[in-house]
Amino acid sequence: MSDTFSLYGETIASRLLVGTALYPSPSIMAEAIKASGAGIVTVSLRRESGAARAGESFWALIRSLGVRVLPNTAGCRTVKEAVTTAQMAREVFGTSWIKLEVIGEDDTLQPDVFGLVEAAGILARDGFSVFPYTTEDLVVAERLLGAGCEVLMPWGAPIGSGRGLNNPFGLRALRAHFPGVPLVVDAGIGAPSHAVAAMELGYDAILLNTAIAKATDPIAMARAFALATEAGRLGYRAGAMEPRDMAAPSTPVIGQAFREPPLRNTPRA
Amino acid sequence: MQISINGKPHEVEAGTLAALLDELDYGEAVVATALNQAFVRAADRHATKLHDGDQVEILVPRQGG
Repeated sequence: MSDTFSLYGETIASRLLVGTALYPSPSIMAEAIKASGAGIVTVSLRRESGAARAGESFWALIRSLGVRVLPNTAGCRTVKEAVTTAQMAREVFGTSWIKLEVIGEDDTLQPDVFGLVEAAGILARDGFSVFPYTTEDLVVAERLLGAGCEVLMPWGAPIGSGRGLNNPFGLRALRAHFPGVPLVVDAGIGAPSHAVAAMELGYDAILLNTAIAKATDPIAMARAFALATEAGRLGYRAGAMEPRDMAAPSTPVIGQAFREPPLRNTPRA
Repeated sequence: MQISINGKPHEVEAGTLAALLDELDYGEAVVATALNQAFVRAADRHATKLHDGDQVEILVPRQGG
């Protein structure tokens, strides 16, 4: 059963997007990406940390995997920083896709949504396909779409926290409010069950990094997230039953042994 | 000439951004450059002159989330 979706005109087969950071080694990263089945991975630009030219080998390894890259502006705190980083990333990675982060606060790493909207507008006018890391705020979402974004990536919980979906109500409202906009839960996913929950809400995809990279066995966890994402998606498409307050027997009551039908109109003496 | 490269002070001879990358032995490495927080395209590095006190960023592909 084909169940692809589209991001900026590109057909995407896997609904799991993964990061490339924090793995125990480059080879485990590569194997985990393969096990995840992800077709899109996030990358960044940083200062070279030594003379070893680590950036070159990392980039060669990513290219060997045959995946599409989604560069980020992680850590940027101003509109100018984010826009300049995006422009640099477009040249180096050869893609106009950009995961736009404008961080507003250190403890939660939550987006500065005012700067985010401004930077998104500048980049969209410059030809970028902007993937904004945002909150579940409906008004901010509307402004981002108005600025030219065609995808929204609300957080599940603070980056790296692994807390899952902090505000399922807000995420459900966002999904209901923008039925035609690709929505990706980005950040805060800690366990496969969180991915299932997000997909059951009708989200189009999941983006995560730490939950796989910091697992005891990242490769096995990548596979677990692949299955969880698919299970949640199938569950959403299949249409879950409505919950109810009282029990309702699933095994037929009619024909059960050892029970007499209730007697009627025969008052006891 | 004293400039800042990736946040650290350096004494350099190069007069342009392209010459600076050569001086730092980047060769054919894939890098992105910015001068005083503004992006400089690879094609513009030869024409981009450096001045005392400039802030240069030279960034490379790295892991990201």
